[in-house]
Amino acid sequence: MPNGLLILCIALLGVVGWLLGVMRARASVKGQLAKLHSRPHYYGASALLWTVLPATAVVLAWLVAEPIVISNAVYKSLPESVQAESTAVQTLTMGTIDAVAHGLRFLTPTEISDARAGKANMVEMLQSKGIALAAAPRPYMINAALLQNTMADASRQMVTVGGLALALLGLAIGYLRINPARRARNGVERVMLIGIAAASTVAILTTAGIVLSMLFETLHFFSHVAPMDFFFGTVWDPRFSAAGRAGGAEGQFGLLPLLWGTTYISIVALSVAVPVGLFSAVYMSEYASKTVRTIVKPLLEILAGIPTIVYGFFALVTFGPFVRDLGASIGLGISATSVLTAGFIMGVMLIPFVSSLSDDIINAVPQSLRDGSYGLGATKSETIKRVVLPAALPGIVGAVLLAASRAIGETMIVVLAAGIAANLTLNMFEPVTTITVKIVSQLTGDLEFNSPQTLVAFALGLTLFVCTLALNVYALYIVRKYREQYE
Amino acid sequence: MTVTALPTSGARAKPSSTEIVASGIRRRYAAERRFKMYGIAAVIFGLTFLVILFSSIISKGYTSFLQSAFRLEVFLDPAIIDPSGKREENTLLMADYSALATDALIKALKIDPKVRGDERAAGALLSQNADVELRDYVLRNPGEIGKTVNVWVLAHANADSVMKNAFDREIPEARRKLSDKQLAWIDRAAAEGLLKLRFNTGLFTYGASSQPETAGVGVALIGSFFMMMTVLLLAVPLGVMAAVYLEEFAPRNRLTDLIEVNINNLAAVPSIVFGILGLAIFINLFGLPRSASLVGGLVLALMTLPTVIIATRAAIGAVPPSIREAALGVGASKMQAVTHHVLPLAFPGILTGTIIGIAKALGETAPLLMIGMVAFVVEVPKTPLEPATALPVQIYMWATAAERGFVERTSGATIILLAFLAMMNIIAVILRRRFERRW
Repeated sequence: MPNGLLILCIALLGVVGWLLGVMRARASVKGQLAKLHSRPHYYGASALLWTVLPATAVVLAWLVAEPIVISNAVYKSLPESVQAESTAVQTLTMGTIDAVAHGLRFLTPTEISDARAGKANMVEMLQSKGIALAAAPRPYMINAALLQNTMADASRQMVTVGGLALALLGLAIGYLRINPARRARNGVERVMLIGIAAASTVAILTTAGIVLSMLFETLHFFSHVAPMDFFFGTVWDPRFSAAGRAGGAEGQFGLLPLLWGTTYISIVALSVAVPVGLFSAVYMSEYASKTVRTIVKPLLEILAGIPTIVYGFFALVTFGPFVRDLGASIGLGISATSVLTAGFIMGVMLIPFVSSLSDDIINAVPQSLRDGSYGLGATKSETIKRVVLPAALPGIVGAVLLAASRAIGETMIVVLAAGIAANLTLNMFEPVTTITVKIVSQLTGDLEFNSPQTLVAFALGLTLFVCTLALNVYALYIVRKYREQYE
Repeated sequence: MTVTALPTSGARAKPSSTEIVASGIRRRYAAERRFKMYGIAAVIFGLTFLVILFSSIISKGYTSFLQSAFRLEVFLDPAIIDPSGKREENTLLMADYSALATDALIKALKIDPKVRGDERAAGALLSQNADVELRDYVLRNPGEIGKTVNVWVLAHANADSVMKNAFDREIPEARRKLSDKQLAWIDRAAAEGLLKLRFNTGLFTYGASSQPETAGVGVALIGSFFMMMTVLLLAVPLGVMAAVYLEEFAPRNRLTDLIEVNINNLAAVPSIVFGILGLAIFINLFGLPRSASLVGGLVLALMTLPTVIIATRAAIGAVPPSIREAALGVGASKMQAVTHHVLPLAFPGILTGTIIGIAKALGETAPLLMIGMVAFVVEVPKTPLEPATALPVQIYMWATAAERGFVERTSGATIILLAFLAMMNIIAVILRRRFERRW
């Protein structure tokens, strides 16, 4: 039985359990519901859980274990000469066996025995069924494939029978456990609580997944390239991955040009976003009338809702050429993709980010501080400059750091507008490249997970993750600390 | 504090204190006005940019919703389509339909086929997919073979740009993509109503193509739809459950602190990192197919999860404790108080947060590049496991395409994407207005 159908059957049995449970609970007190400890549907739910949970758990565990056990057994069945070969060759062999096993399903027993005896050409037979094989499989491969199919079939039968039997057993237990004194609700609620507690750990699992997956591949990368060459190298020249060659072609993987490009673009972006964002936040919270605020604030926040690919496209086809032509008309050689283009557009994207965070923070400054300043005869702007902003400074720094973390991790704008040449330059009008751009260019296209050209992307990703994590943690800490100060 | 700014002492003729204050006030008021102007300038800067961005994209993209097509009277010549007369599918598939279309165009434009090169020049005005359209028409109506039928056939992107006044006729003929003769034909066809701009349904139905006129966002729309469904089915239940636990049941201890810090951090992790996670876990470890919208949906669901959790917690937190206490007071268990009372009251807030989270996921590109969604997919996917692209990824691919006609397509796709986002956000705002409750 296919997995989906099996799960569906178990779920159907669960529904049956629910109905039976409700009926039995009602019958057990002859319709006088007040005598039940819980409402009838809790008894139904309890029967449903008994039916579904153990069976599903076993089926899922089986499905995880099945491929591992089978491929292990198949591997053991291979001749020793094959087992002694290199990992790459073995992966290829196992792949061929998989393909053959898939193909054998379409052949009749006589055709299979012909193929094993070498009388018929396997590749041609499979071709006629629409399955392509790269090369004629060796006899031991056909045997291994047959073993794989037999085991898979047996496993299929076992899991179907086992899963359904377990579901029926659970149904029986759940059904028989129903009696009016049983605290069905407490049990069901305990299961629900465990369920939602488990859901809340997904966040931790995601973080762990991010760190572990990248750490693993990064260590792999450092077995090809020395960490010193990566972190302190000043040349980025990964070369092309040479397929099939162990170790790949030699390339240079210096992080510094990418780190510099990322930092430079972020600095340009922040020098646009921080003044504009801060001034508009000040204006919105201290000067603007209520009507202006209700109209303008959502309008500015649209900027935050526009996907970054749209900004990138705008920078590529409109803003970049505009800046280039402007530069040409005053005699400056500005390339269409440059630090300036990418940084400026990214700065615009960050404006609402800085302004809405600063707005919150400025509003959190107690009114008494302002009133005190007005009482001494200060004007509004003097109050803002000398009282409100200094009081809000820690929070604003936090907001700027959060914006910086956004800028560092931003991808689509820089992919389209910053350029791809790794460049250690101070010239704002030249293209540079960033960490995120290089992650994209190393990981799109054909991947080969043994070459440093691909693995370097994971090292870059980990660097990016660590940088933004540090910024985020520090910024969130500052913002929280600041909020507590005035609470 | 302004006192310190005043001159402290003067050896010579002292100005009176009213004079000092008066001059100071003028200066201070000027500074006040300047400061306010900076604020207004900052706001105007942001708004101006918004206007420029939208007007640039709309002015570049609105033409992509129209597409030029020739109305041709095509004679479905049996001698060309099916010489044997057996109506075998293979014969019908392989026939030379572009010849039929070109013949029809030559006849319509009254071009002399004997002049060398004219036949090819006329054929170049038709889309390279004209034969596919005709073939599909014949396969649908095999009974029409031998008759003359009236069909619309897409024009080539170059002819299309002439129709949209986007073609520069000033460039010398040798460097132009269309000759003077071809331009004259186009003008005549347009004047006679043979060549017309029609609504571009292909933009919404076609898949990837190397020809701008037959490239569309059909595959991308379906892919994005599958992904949004995956996000909805995964991120929303998980997020709501996690939020309920953290807000209502979790004890204050190290583990829950860790979970909270984690959620806040995940909300700020660069999206591309989620893409790397998807590549390493879902594709490398679990062996799911690359370019599949299921994988994209899983990655986007993980990305949206913190947003949903944070929005749900805020919505649950806004339900006053008196509701819970009343429920507990009449004998409900804590779980019953939450599921029967708190969650229904928090539902509008959860819904709004969810829609905003999904809108964010719909516009996300970078993580999808990591899991191989940058693919040339022609066939519309039928299941989430088949290769697909997504709307923003399609924009990225077209933005990097060299052909001039793709800029228009890119802007058109951007308009579609922004329209979807605007729709979702407006729905969120309406829901919030409609169901918002002040306690």
